[in-house]
Amino acid sequence: MLGLGPEEWAAVGLSLRVSIVATLAILPLAIWVAHLLARREFVGKGVLNALVLLPLVLPPVVTGYLLLLTFGTQGAVGGFLSNLGIVFAFRWTGAALAAAIMAFPLMVRAIRLGFEASDPKLEQAATTLGATPWRVFRTITLPAALPSVIAGAVLGFAKAMGEFGATITFVAAIPGQTQTIPSAIYAFLQVPGGESQAGKLVLVSLVIALGAVAVSEWVARKVAGRRA
Amino acid sequence: MSVSVQITQRLGDFALDASFESEGGVTALFGPSGCGKTSIINAIAGLSRPDAGHVRLGDQVLFNSATGVFVPPHKRRIGYVFQEPRLFPHMSVAQNIGYGRPNQLYSTRGDGGLAVLGIEHLLERYPRDLSGGEAQRVAIARALTSQPKVLLMDEPLAALDDARKTEFLPYLQALVAKTSIPVFYVSHAMSEVAQLADHLVVMRDGRVARSGALAQLLSDPAAISDIGVREAGAILNVTVAQADASDGLSVLATSAGRLFLPKVQAEDGTAMRVRIRASDVILSKDKPDGLSALNILPCKVTQIHEGQGPGVAVALRSGEDALMARITRRSARTMGLTAGLSCYAVIKSVSVAPTDMGGRGTESRVAQMP
Repeated sequence: MLGLGPEEWAAVGLSLRVSIVATLAILPLAIWVAHLLARREFVGKGVLNALVLLPLVLPPVVTGYLLLLTFGTQGAVGGFLSNLGIVFAFRWTGAALAAAIMAFPLMVRAIRLGFEASDPKLEQAATTLGATPWRVFRTITLPAALPSVIAGAVLGFAKAMGEFGATITFVAAIPGQTQTIPSAIYAFLQVPGGESQAGKLVLVSLVIALGAVAVSEWVARKVAGRRA
Repeated sequence: MSVSVQITQRLGDFALDASFESEGGVTALFGPSGCGKTSIINAIAGLSRPDAGHVRLGDQVLFNSATGVFVPPHKRRIGYVFQEPRLFPHMSVAQNIGYGRPNQLYSTRGDGGLAVLGIEHLLERYPRDLSGGEAQRVAIARALTSQPKVLLMDEPLAALDDARKTEFLPYLQALVAKTSIPVFYVSHAMSEVAQLADHLVVMRDGRVARSGALAQLLSDPAAISDIGVREAGAILNVTVAQADASDGLSVLATSAGRLFLPKVQAEDGTAMRVRIRASDVILSKDKPDGLSALNILPCKVTQIHEGQGPGVAVALRSGEDALMARITRRSARTMGLTAGLSCYAVIKSVSVAPTDMGGRGTESRVAQMP
């Protein structure tokens, strides 16, 4: 199909795996931080906000290098984790980590808007009915913000699919290991006559992106259909 | 169950400094918008934490700044009916009602308190498909289903138009009569308060201006300035003698004589309250003859209260009941009104609005107390 060779298929499979794992793994944290920023007042809120946005404004190569310093096998966190058998450097898990960190600010921003727009009066009503804060969050707050959560997840997934700079700096582009679609396209474009292979991958990217948007639209409409 | 509230709280530019006690039943918080009524019930609910003071329900301390006690709202077992229904839009009516009791299947059958709300046919619907009155009834059912120890109602009729209000009030009356838990009812409409409440707390600018038994407070001429000269008026306890008299009126028996008032929707023999606005009462020293007014009750002046304006408030005893009249200072002087004087109170039938009649008669209320 599409005349993709094993190397290209590996890149497509890896990209999908990296992006899906990165999005799903970081989503709970993104929801929590978004809720914190939207609804709570606390000391250091400005610092947290800046920290969340940092990957968005830093050059991706810098983010990738910082990841390498921190999560590399010689790094502070990476060294500790490698003792436990968890290695990020030059593995697909590292690519997922880089993608998750790059997607995080976009997801938080989208989800935060949902929490800010949802009505705290409904949460008060639930509280007076005896619901614990966790139950209020699960049954009232989160369902109300669900369209934004979906939008945030899709945005995060798209960002993860397209992530290049931080990934290539942190985990390089080892075919079959850490070579995602963007780094594969870049690699093909460096070789004379690689344009056709790159073109196929561009097409695949387009299909995946459109598919993600279509799925999110469908889910969002299903969610909205149950309400006024 | 006795209730004791003492709260000081700064809310921006507004300072709340209120304290009152009530012996349970229905406590009405009455006053103009922005006087702190909602802030008080939010403090009872635990939705806000006052700067200082206490909130006690019976022997349970919900809040005490001195001892640092603050029971979080979800552990207070309160039922809160807000001004707007606040139904959860992504849940059906049945799910909304069952929210406060997640481990039990909800059924309107066999639940006498909820049957009066008339919402059985709405259970499958979603909040977007309900009218304002239906949604508010569901909100009340939801609050009651959580089996609260105290019911808080913040102008539950505010979101309804006048026609809906008149339709809704009987539901509320029946409900209040059936529950034995303390109810706090916030309102700026005296007609609602007069029908529902046992205890009245009058609020002004974040403070409690008056607090006392409803019937006593409404017949106290000194309280007239706090309640408002247009709203002031005593409550007569009446029994329906003939609900459907031939001429479109109802005959109501009071302890001092019969009243002919606009037709009430009630069975003969029902005890109810009638609020007679002080400004609707005319006084006469001699028994009037040849007047168009049908209602003439013999009474005795108990107290005359002169306020700032040109009017005086005259407290009267009519049989077992209290009445109040607001007349000009000039008339009072001309008539030579003094405490102890016998006179006649004249009440024009059509001046008593249907919204001023209804509610629970005092006797039936006592009989239902556990």
